[in-house]
Amino acid sequence: MKTSFHGKKKLCGFLFTALLAMAVLGGCADGTGESSEEHSSQESVADSADAGSATAGSSTEADVSTDASEDAGGNGPAYGGSVVVGIQQDIDSLDPHKATAAGTKEILFNIFEGLVKPDENGNLIGAVASDYTVSEDGLIYTFTLRDNVKFHNGDIVTAEDVKYSLERVSGLLDGTPMMSTMSTIQAVDILNDKTVQVTVDSANTELIYSFVAAIIPAGSGEDAGADPIGTGPFSFVSYTPQEGIVVAKNPDYWQEGLPYLDEVNFKIVGSSDTALLELQGGSIDLYAYLTDSQAQALASSFQIQASPSNVVQALFLNNAEKPLDDVRVRQAICYALDRDSINDFVGGGQGTLISSAMLPTLKDYYVDLNEVYGTGANVEKAKELLADAGFPDGFDLEITIPSNYPFHMQTGEVVVEQLKAVGINATIQAVDWDTWLEDVYKGRQYQATISGITCDMTPGYLLNRFQTDSSKNFINFHSDEYDEVYQKAQAALDLEEKAQHYATLQQILADQAATAFLQVPANTTAINPKLSGYKFYPVYVQDMSTVYFAQ
Amino acid sequence: MKYFGKKVITLIMTLFLVSVAAFLAFQVIPGDVVTSILGTEATPEMEERLREELGLNDPPLTRYLHWVGDVLKGDLGVSYRYSKNMNERMPVAELIGDKLPVTLWLAFISLVLIVAVSIPLGVLWAGSASRTGGRAGRLGHVLDVSLGVITQAAMAVPSFFLGILVTYIFGIVFQVFQPGGYIRYQDNFPGFLGYLLFPALSIALPKIAMTARFLRNAMLTEMKADYVRTATSKGAGRNRVLYGHVLRNAMMPVVTFLGMIIAEVVAGSIVVEQVFGLPGIGRLLVSSISTRDFPVVEILILYITFVVIFVYFLVDILYRVIDPRISEK
Repeated sequence: MKTSFHGKKKLCGFLFTALLAMAVLGGCADGTGESSEEHSSQESVADSADAGSATAGSSTEADVSTDASEDAGGNGPAYGGSVVVGIQQDIDSLDPHKATAAGTKEILFNIFEGLVKPDENGNLIGAVASDYTVSEDGLIYTFTLRDNVKFHNGDIVTAEDVKYSLERVSGLLDGTPMMSTMSTIQAVDILNDKTVQVTVDSANTELIYSFVAAIIPAGSGEDAGADPIGTGPFSFVSYTPQEGIVVAKNPDYWQEGLPYLDEVNFKIVGSSDTALLELQGGSIDLYAYLTDSQAQALASSFQIQASPSNVVQALFLNNAEKPLDDVRVRQAICYALDRDSINDFVGGGQGTLISSAMLPTLKDYYVDLNEVYGTGANVEKAKELLADAGFPDGFDLEITIPSNYPFHMQTGEVVVEQLKAVGINATIQAVDWDTWLEDVYKGRQYQATISGITCDMTPGYLLNRFQTDSSKNFINFHSDEYDEVYQKAQAALDLEEKAQHYATLQQILADQAATAFLQVPANTTAINPKLSGYKFYPVYVQDMSTVYFAQ
Repeated sequence: MKYFGKKVITLIMTLFLVSVAAFLAFQVIPGDVVTSILGTEATPEMEERLREELGLNDPPLTRYLHWVGDVLKGDLGVSYRYSKNMNERMPVAELIGDKLPVTLWLAFISLVLIVAVSIPLGVLWAGSASRTGGRAGRLGHVLDVSLGVITQAAMAVPSFFLGILVTYIFGIVFQVFQPGGYIRYQDNFPGFLGYLLFPALSIALPKIAMTARFLRNAMLTEMKADYVRTATSKGAGRNRVLYGHVLRNAMMPVVTFLGMIIAEVVAGSIVVEQVFGLPGIGRLLVSSISTRDFPVVEILILYITFVVIFVYFLVDILYRVIDPRISEK
């Protein structure tokens, strides 16, 4: 779930749009901007980790550099320069294991690396580890460390550092696991200088995704006054609350030729409205998560690139609240929603419609279930189901929405109108983010809510939370069949079998109308036209290592 | 001396009451700081450890007394939310100490602009409005009416809109400054002051209009007083009457008004700081409230309370300087 404070202070929005209209009139012949760059050349990095299979590995240094030069399309990359990236929220922690906000992790990605790390295709590649193997029974992971990976302080990463970092996140060090998935780790053993063996208490093919956890120097988690030190392409320079975080090129980075930039300044902007002025005035070179209208306003002076985000937006229905405990009522709501027009109105048609809990970018697991309720509205069917359920005249529904997300608020307004057509009298209750977290997410005291869940790369990430007993099951979904299949899926070591179980789970969620899934919104980014090489990831990441000024 | 003693006691009592009120407000508003910091992905063990670390498991009264005790010892505590480095939280004193210069310099430049422009403008305005007959009278009337319209407009524009307007005109159209290109005072002080000029202008414009209007009205009222007739009849020139007598008397309410403005800008201009991307007190207050960062909010509220009371105290003293009759009473 996004722990973020996007687009707070919405006061200026209206007047601001008027000003923008003035600014843009005249000069925006080409409103569409450039399409997102394809990074097909990256296919040469073929040894991406098939989760759970015996071996998987590394991207070689040569691959990376050819990729970058092909990207430029004639203009070779120049080394040096500094770039300002606008970010919407402050850092929640400089400790990579304690940071939980998506907005912090996407920055720390540049400073820290795990044994493995994600690439832009959603696969895992070796980082601090060059290679790993998993035993047949899935209980023992053996990592081979890459030669001569250096921390920013100049020290070479040792097996000790890896052991310390893994013990710290898994809770073996002090009894406090920092990633719940990692608490399954039983022991971390050093086999030799270059080999670390991890023993877990139950097989889980998706555990490998958790090894993106940062490797930090042994002991640095307890050192008072320690600066963050990692192995990433950029090293930490300074952090000032409310201003931002500055990182500098790591000259010893193990991927030869990277990074290009000398310095990156992640600058906190006051609000998404002032971000626009700062982009136009030249204070920011790169800014992600633009709204559709902002993207249009910037199209003449910036490269606008879009890519599917990793956020699942839904009208979450509390299955324990009357009348939503009746499956027919929930189905009626799904039929009543016209998701095509929601996408058009709010996301400029850039979003991807979904009907269950899986990101379409996870191609091996995703099942397209949009035909279950259709993408348009089916008012007849909805009314019929409501009448069946004993609500021929509809009912009152309160939709709680965190008001700091204009995107969800706007969606709410459209949803209210659409529900009216089938007789459901919906009202919006706007709350601030902390209230939402406590009352809706933790307290589950709500009828319906519109929000987004930010997913990581683990395919089962979203499915996990709909188990009856999950602490994250804030919609109170209950299905014995679902729980049973989920257990089977967890135990499956064969990826095809797992995919089948996951397909069943997606089907159950859709059939039961567990919640009204809406869409995966697009992530639209404005980039200074002088820059090239920006890569979109299927996860929340701002990878600056491949970005460069074209010569 | 007795006067000072009374003021100091009032100050302490007010600060105490305000701190209790702020503490209670934090108990009542929804939102749990631990959830706010850790989000939805944290393990229960992490939540428990943080709760313990922040002392949130103690009963409210214990926590409050603990906090008061620390503050009296000069320890303002650490922020729940902001980190200093990898393993330490940012001390509140350091956090606020870092942001305070931005707000204070912004306030200072705004005030210089306000006083430097509004007082001459108000006097000129009152002068032109008070002329009657002849060409000078007609000209005065035109000036009076147009200043009335302009100041009315300047007062009516909401500050966030004015901020965006200033950014748009000076930043995007004329490009005399870079929107959002805040220069840190630690890096380049003259550049920092140069950047502050534009947010200061946004703060100052409506206040200049208000103060000038206030001064004009006060002077016109004073001009009807008996002492003006006496002064004129004993042969004092128009300028002498206007600047020597009327202005001094008319300044009394204006000083009160300026005092209110000072208290307002020194406490931090939330909206203007937001629009211009200034890392000042106002912005810190807003973000700290929304993240339930109690130690920071509590100290900021005390700071604001202190500023307001202290400025009013200064105004009180200034009265005595301008008008010796007050201290004789």
